[in-house]
Amino acid sequence: MRLLTHNMLSCNIRGVTKGFPLELEVENFVTKEVPFNPDFLKHMFPKIEWKALHDAAKKMDDNDLPEQVDASMLEHDDFLHRFHHALLELHLEEGALICPETGRRFPVNKGIPNMLLHEDEV
Amino acid sequence: MDEAVDVEALVAPVHTPQVSSNHTKIQSLVSPSTLRRKSADIRLVGCHSEVYEPCDDSFALVDALLADRVHLEEVQPSLCLELGCGSGYVITSLALMLGEGTGIQYLATDINSAAIEVTKKTLEAHGVHAEVILTDLVSGLDKRLAGTVDVLVVNPPYVPTSEEEVGGDGIAAAWAGGEHGRTVIDRILAIVDNLLSSKGWFYLVTLTANKPSEICLIMKQKGFASRIIVQRSTEEESLHVLKFWRDPLEITTDIGTSQPHLSSTWRFSRLAFWKNS
Repeated sequence: MRLLTHNMLSCNIRGVTKGFPLELEVENFVTKEVPFNPDFLKHMFPKIEWKALHDAAKKMDDNDLPEQVDASMLEHDDFLHRFHHALLELHLEEGALICPETGRRFPVNKGIPNMLLHEDEV
Repeated sequence: MDEAVDVEALVAPVHTPQVSSNHTKIQSLVSPSTLRRKSADIRLVGCHSEVYEPCDDSFALVDALLADRVHLEEVQPSLCLELGCGSGYVITSLALMLGEGTGIQYLATDINSAAIEVTKKTLEAHGVHAEVILTDLVSGLDKRLAGTVDVLVVNPPYVPTSEEEVGGDGIAAAWAGGEHGRTVIDRILAIVDNLLSSKGWFYLVTLTANKPSEICLIMKQKGFASRIIVQRSTEEESLHVLKFWRDPLEITTDIGTSQPHLSSTWRFSRLAFWKNS
């Protein structure tokens, strides 16, 4: 699971209002190289919740993202490469996503997040 | 799961459904090196007791995407999403067709964990990547994905059944569609508007029994124009691939007059779901 996907996931349990961001529990992660595409990054930037990405990357030992960002940073190649690496190249293989409101643990196995709910959660 | 299934490569004739006598095996494609980026050559057969294998409806959907390929490339999608990816045949085909070099991201969801694992293997066997998520349609994704999906593809459970058969975590979820086969389709229609970007396109497989003209009308009321991209018929049943896009002007036109963009009549002796029932 890429951190782009993590940035798009929130807790889906009925009644939960603050289900984002899901906290990362990392057992195992991998890095896979992906072709660099600045246009995609610029397109996605406004849709990314930066703190969620920043904190998730940190959990995978990536401390290269700045804490604060603004759109002007997209003009800098160095920033784009760091953004690219965190968003697309870090994969959570084994671990979990924890709901910030309920503490519900959504497992991630073989890189696949399991967002299926129990009957009493729907 | 991993131990229980065996992935093996085989080469099958293009678009010819294969029925395996051994339903414990997942059979997938092909040599990636010879097929990569050549979507017209996609040959893929998935088979697993709890996973819907690619069949006439899957092929119709991929053919619709191929027929629309030039337009898809022009629209330059950033994010493509498949709901109910099953064997992974469609999302893999789409990823091969549009490529990844342009930064397109692919996402696929399924409610069936076996399907999700088969999809992942199918993708890997073809050397393409999609993020796969085990969930019910877009549950858990809908809030944050709102307005970002450029291409949405769905081969839904469209077979008319009793409501009790709909859903669940097994193979029935792949085909059981409730009354008029519309239970899951109607849930999907309700979320399309929220998901799609301003230039987003939505491709949906339907049967005549699903009342496709009513589906188009529902979408029209949400401001979507529609067109039949592929139509295939038997004496009794007809399979359509519908395409929807945002177009406020279309609200004033009569959807009944829209002509198929590409109509290919293709006779088949039985529909996909009969094989698995």
